[in-house]
Amino acid sequence: MKTLKIFLILFLFIGVAQLKSNEKNDILQNKILKNIRCLICQGQSVHDSESDFASSIKLIVEKKINTGSSEKQIYDFLREKYGDWIIYDPKLNKNTYVLWLLPLLLFLSGGAIMYKKISIKNNE
Amino acid sequence: MKNKFTILIVFIFLSFCFAIFYKGLNSSNTYTPKTHDKKNIPIFRAKDFNSNINIDSKKIFEENIFYVVNIWASWCVPCRKEHPLLMELSKNKSVKLIGLNYRDNSINAKNFINEFGNPYAQILIDNDGMLAVEFGAYGVPETFLIDKDKKIIQKFVGPISQQIVKEIELIIE
Repeated sequence: MKTLKIFLILFLFIGVAQLKSNEKNDILQNKILKNIRCLICQGQSVHDSESDFASSIKLIVEKKINTGSSEKQIYDFLREKYGDWIIYDPKLNKNTYVLWLLPLLLFLSGGAIMYKKISIKNNE
Repeated sequence: MKNKFTILIVFIFLSFCFAIFYKGLNSSNTYTPKTHDKKNIPIFRAKDFNSNINIDSKKIFEENIFYVVNIWASWCVPCRKEHPLLMELSKNKSVKLIGLNYRDNSINAKNFINEFGNPYAQILIDNDGMLAVEFGAYGVPETFLIDKDKKIIQKFVGPISQQIVKEIELIIE
């Protein structure tokens, strides 16, 4: 009886751990799929698309997650096959300097203008 | 003076924005893949179309010749258009054609081959499209030229034309 109890507890524990792990994988899969562009659809992520291309990518991502690939490894694999365009979140490189740095530059210049205006007003 | 300077800054900023948006108007908003990147062929295992036996990619590309990998499906209309050209290319002994049957029904695919002829030395089954992704393809038809170093040296998106066949033959020679 005691052995049966131990087995039952162990079984439940493994079941819960498995469920937790599946849930974790699903969250990661959804996160990755939402960040991948469907290359044959207009303005849709792979997550939202039902195209043949998107369903193949979904299968690949699922397979890679199940075999223990990290998020970065999956993005790197897709980048190698299709280029930077497939990822919604582009890497900082010579083609994306303006994209990354312009908002920061505008924010800083806006801040500087505001700071100057406020200090002039305070001096008056 | 200060007013003029502000106007100049605003003018430069607006011109910059205009230039970016104008450039964006002219560039394509659809995916345009790079077709000249030298990439290694993927390592995979796939089912043979005729025997249903799993084969390693190393065995498929073992000969020291050029290979053409063509992704096709019986439901794909442009594939019918390019098929006679593939038949023509298959007569060239310096190249081996490998077909990748993409997300297809096996009976329809067999009927397609029986009706239009078989240009392929080997046909592989890609039921879920994962093999096509390994090659970096995103639809059908798509054709890859692989050199003797087993590198993908050219990628042709869409149906191949007579001009493309000539281009392939020129590279092979």
